[in-house]
Order: sequence, then structure tokens, then C-alpha cells
Amino acid sequence: MTTLTRIKGYRPQQRHLPILATMALLIGAYIFGASSYEAFGSGQVVLDLFINNAFLLVVAVGMTFVILTGGIDLSVGSVVALSTVISGDLLQKHGWPAYAAIAVVLVVGALLGAGMGALIHFFEIQPFIATLIGMFFARGLCYTISTEAYSIDNATIATLAQTQIPLGGELHISISVVAALIVVAVAAYVLAFTRFGRTVYSIGGNAQSAMLMGLKTGRTKIAVYTISGFCSALGGLLLVLYKSSGDPLNGVGLELTAIAAVVIGGTILTGGSGYVLGTVLGIMVLGIIQTLITFDGTLNSWWTSIITGALLFVFIVLQRLVTRRTR
Amino acid sequence: MTALTGLTKHRLFWPVVALLVLLLGDLIASPSFFKIELRDGHLYGNLVDILKNGAPLILIAIGMTLVIATRGIDLSVGSVVAISGALACLWVSDNPDGVGTTLVAFGLALGLSLLLGVWNGWLVAVLGIQPIIATLILMVAGRGIAQLISGGQIITVNSHSFEWIGSGFLFTLPGAILIALAVFVLASLLVRRSALGLLVEAVGGNPEASRLAGLRSARLTWLVYVFCALCAGIAGLMISANVHSADANHAGLFIELDAILAVVVGGTQLTGGRFSLGGAVIGALLIQTLTTTVYALGIPPEAIMLFKAVVVLAVCLLQSPAFRRKLRGRQRAHPVSPEPAPAPEKVEVGA
Repeated sequence: MTTLTRIKGYRPQQRHLPILATMALLIGAYIFGASSYEAFGSGQVVLDLFINNAFLLVVAVGMTFVILTGGIDLSVGSVVALSTVISGDLLQKHGWPAYAAIAVVLVVGALLGAGMGALIHFFEIQPFIATLIGMFFARGLCYTISTEAYSIDNATIATLAQTQIPLGGELHISISVVAALIVVAVAAYVLAFTRFGRTVYSIGGNAQSAMLMGLKTGRTKIAVYTISGFCSALGGLLLVLYKSSGDPLNGVGLELTAIAAVVIGGTILTGGSGYVLGTVLGIMVLGIIQTLITFDGTLNSWWTSIITGALLFVFIVLQRLVTRRTR
Repeated sequence: MTALTGLTKHRLFWPVVALLVLLLGDLIASPSFFKIELRDGHLYGNLVDILKNGAPLILIAIGMTLVIATRGIDLSVGSVVAISGALACLWVSDNPDGVGTTLVAFGLALGLSLLLGVWNGWLVAVLGIQPIIATLILMVAGRGIAQLISGGQIITVNSHSFEWIGSGFLFTLPGAILIALAVFVLASLLVRRSALGLLVEAVGGNPEASRLAGLRSARLTWLVYVFCALCAGIAGLMISANVHSADANHAGLFIELDAILAVVVGGTQLTGGRFSLGGAVIGALLIQTLTTTVYALGIPPEAIMLFKAVVVLAVCLLQSPAFRRKLRGRQRAHPVSPEPAPAPEKVEVGA
């Protein structure tokens, strides 16, 4: 058996399997879409996946950090909503310049994240509960600031939102996509090559051992929730660019979408194993499911959610089977 | 003194204190909060309302406790609530009014709930998908299924026998709370008077070790998801009967979060293992009291979420040993002698 495997040559590393499985499924879904619908094959459909999901991608990257430590962050959807509402309030009601408002939003998001991290580290409140409280708190702040949606017509925001970066041919991307890709690149670098990143993995692997090794687990734990809060705030800003509005009802249920994307991307919820690249693929999977449904165009709202669930099921089971077979 | 410290060490002490403090706050803020009236042989009042409206949450929290005890989580309960309510209302509205029709509707709804539980359990126990994702599938698809059953409409029903499960009375008490109580007693007897509870805790403590020790871990895991879905199904009947209609989009929305919160406030850890059904009931009552308080005190709707966040935070901090340790450390300026090792907690027989 051993010689047989040796003869067979290249085998992917065990820890890369979930990502490779997701990638294969993604390509399969794209080929299926391209063969079913003519317009699906154009490159812009792929780029649109990024354009439509840039904010979600940023949120999910933050979530990846948290899940890698074995935690979870349920507050992201509310923090996204809070960011859009604060932007709307500062820009429309108080007439702040765009960059000042952006800075405030990012600081508020990071502070909220740090607060939840502190609850988790200092008072040993379970992450699920601490961030659930954060979810209520941020959503509550949204409603106290405004119960109605702001329509944002700030000139700087409009310019940022409408700028299209041409990629040759008919193809183009938005500023949001660039921002999201920068976040992905930085996150991937930090997780793979810095002391902080390796500490994140080791906490997820075994928090006790990490602490006994002398790693700064407390500081790192608070930092990952701060990162997640920051990413959610940034995601909220990208959503402002995408929708030009600040609505306290934004991002309801977004936390589950983000968690699903991270997990579909091969990161394990108990922590210690997974990649940012996987999260990108997870977002693409969810995005392509939506795109397929949109292209079909005949489904009403309830069939849409049933098919979404069914496709989610197919993806997860196939991924499960692929990783199990090769073990 | 020792009796008192023994009391504060009890794991239900802090949730009960939080519940009492909240009720006390209500009493101070609105003296008529505790008024209970006997009208037409039925009890009415805020306290009765808490019990009546809290019954669905109590049921789901009981089911959720067992799921969480096996290291799982069930996000699909809200969808199961919607599906069960939709199916029951559809049957009642399509058939002649009567006790028979109602019973068939209950049977159908609970049967379907059981099937949904079997589906969840299959994903988790057989396919080995992480519970949060496995149940997310039904959470997403379930709303669609409920809308499919109800044809995208809100089905209103007008059947006395059907409405009983939500707003009926028996022995002057609301029927819903009696059903919740019956499920609680049954579940407690089942898990604490037989080895079942111990086995569930073993599976939650270490699934692999308990499998190697000869437990049928997979079958037990499967069972708790079925039970949880069944509880959610009953809750769905109550919720739809209470408002005489089935709303596929909003019935039981976010009830999974409230239920998980109730379980955790009741002292069960999300990491699995030991659990407390009584704690879950107290947690559910606490959350329902919070909701009733918000309405009784007339807190503006936009502040409800903030209020809830602050109260839940206070309860969680009170419960956190680390927080109490830090608080005590601050009161005494000089360092205290190290605390004696905590005596092994008594294994609780009653739930």
C-alpha cells in the first residue's frame, strides 16, 4: 500500500484537502453555469462575484481570525449595520467630511470588537454569548441613532462608489474589490508569516499549551476580536459604497453567512486549522449559488431559500466525501 | 454561613438571583406588575403572561440543552417552528373545524418536525458535518419550506380546539405552560432517572472516548436532535395557535438565539458535557421576563435591544466566576489567602 501511494506520486497535503475540494466544486459550478446560460461564461460574472460580495469578504476575513482561535463572532452583522448607520448619521445629519466619518466608523468597530474580546478574556464569558451580547448592543445602538434608513449622497462617497477600474476588454472591478483584496492579502500574510498569526493558530490548536509555551494568548484573543470588529466596520463602509445608504436593518443574518463561508472554505470551527484563501473560496461558493439562482430567474422567494439550502447541502456533503475518501 | 455559601455555590443560584432581581425591579417600577386576577375561572396578569408566552421558549430551551450537552447546537429550531405552525394551520383551515381535525393537524406537524430532526441528526451524527453548519442548512431552507406549505400567505385559522394549545386554560392555568411543564418533567425523569442523561454528558464530554467505551455516540447524538426538533414543533403549534395564524417568515424568528442564551444563562456550557434542564427553564423564564418587562414598563421600542444587551451582560458577568473573583479582589486591598480547592460538586440527581 505504501509503495503504491509512493508510486502514485503527488498527493495533496491532508490540510489542503478541504480547500482543494472547495475549489474543484467551485470550478464545477462555474462550468455548469457556463454550459447552462450563455452569459454566465463571461469573465465579468466572476468579477461581479467579487464586486457584489466585497463587503462580505472583508467581514468573513475578520471572522476567519476569530474562528481560527476556536472562537466565534456573532456581532458582525450588527456591527456592519452600525457602521452604515454611523456613516449615514455623520455624513447626512452632521455634514462631516467623508474621511473623518470613515475614521470614526473604523475606530468604533475596533473598539466594540476589543470590548467583546476583553469580556471573553478577562471575565471568561463564552465567545458565543459575549458576541451575542455585542450583537444586541450594536443593533440597539443602530436603533437609538436612527430608526430609519439614511440615503447617503456625499460627493466623496459617490466618487469612491462609482469609480470603476478597467481590467482590459469589457472587464472592470470597483474600489471595494481592491480594498477587499488588500485585506485578504494582509490577512493571509499576517496569519502565515508573523508571530501574531502563528499564535492565532496555536490558540486554536490548544489554548492551554499555547499559554504554557509562553505565548501571549490573552493579548492575541482580544486582538482577533478587535480585528473582526475592524473588518466588520470596514465591511460596513464597503456596504455604504455598494448601497449608498445607512440602514439599521442592514446585515441581519450576515453573521451566519460569514460563518458558513469560513467553514465551507475548510476552516474548522474548533479552531487551529484553515486559511484565508479558503474563506475567499467559501464566499465565492455562496456567491455563485446566488448567481445561479439569479440567472435561472424563475424561482420565487421561497424556492430561492430552499434551493440555497439544497446547494449548501450538496457543497458541504461533496466536500465531506472528498476529504474523507482521500484520507 | 456554610449553608449560605453552599447555596451560592449551587449552579442555579445566580440565574435565580438574576430572575428575582429583574422581577423586583419590575415591582418597584410598576407596583401593579404582580397583580393576578381570576377572571372566568382563568388567571390573568403579567406573571401568568410570562409563563404563558414563555412556554415555547422553555420547550425549545429544553431541547436545545440536550443538543448543547452533546457539544452540538441547533440553529434550525426557528424554521421548525415556522414549518410546524404552517402545516398545522394549513390542515385546520382546509378541514371542517373540530377536535379530530385539530388532533390530526398536531399529529402531522409533529410528525414532520420529527422528520426534520431526523434530517439534522443524520447530517451531524452520520455524515459528521459540524452541527452549526448542518443545522444552518435547515435554517435557510426551512423558511422556504414553510412558505411553500403556506403558499407564501399568512394562514389564519379560526378553531377553538386548535387555539387551546396556545391560549387555552386548564385548572385555571394556561394550557401552554402545563404542556411545557409536562415535557420538562418527562425529560427530567428520562435523563436523570435513567442512564440517558449520563450518557449524553459522556458523549458531550468526549465523543471519541465514549464511543470507544462502548456507547452508541452517533445514535445518542441523533436522538437529541430529533428530540430538539420535536420540542420546536410543539412550540411552533403554540406560537401559531397564540396568534391564530401561521407566518412563515416571522414565526420563531431568532428564537434559536434566545433559546441558546437561555441554556447558557442556565449554566450549561456550550462546550458540551454537564447540563441542567432546570437551568434552561430558569434561563428561558429570565428572557421572557425581560421581554414582558420591556412592554410592561413601556421602554421605547428603539431601546429594547440595548436594554436586553445590558441585562444579559449583567447576568453573564454575575455568573462568571472570573468576574466575581476580580470584584472580590478589588474589595479587599491586600491579597487574600488562596482559596481552598473547591469541593467536588455534588452530582445532581434531580434536573
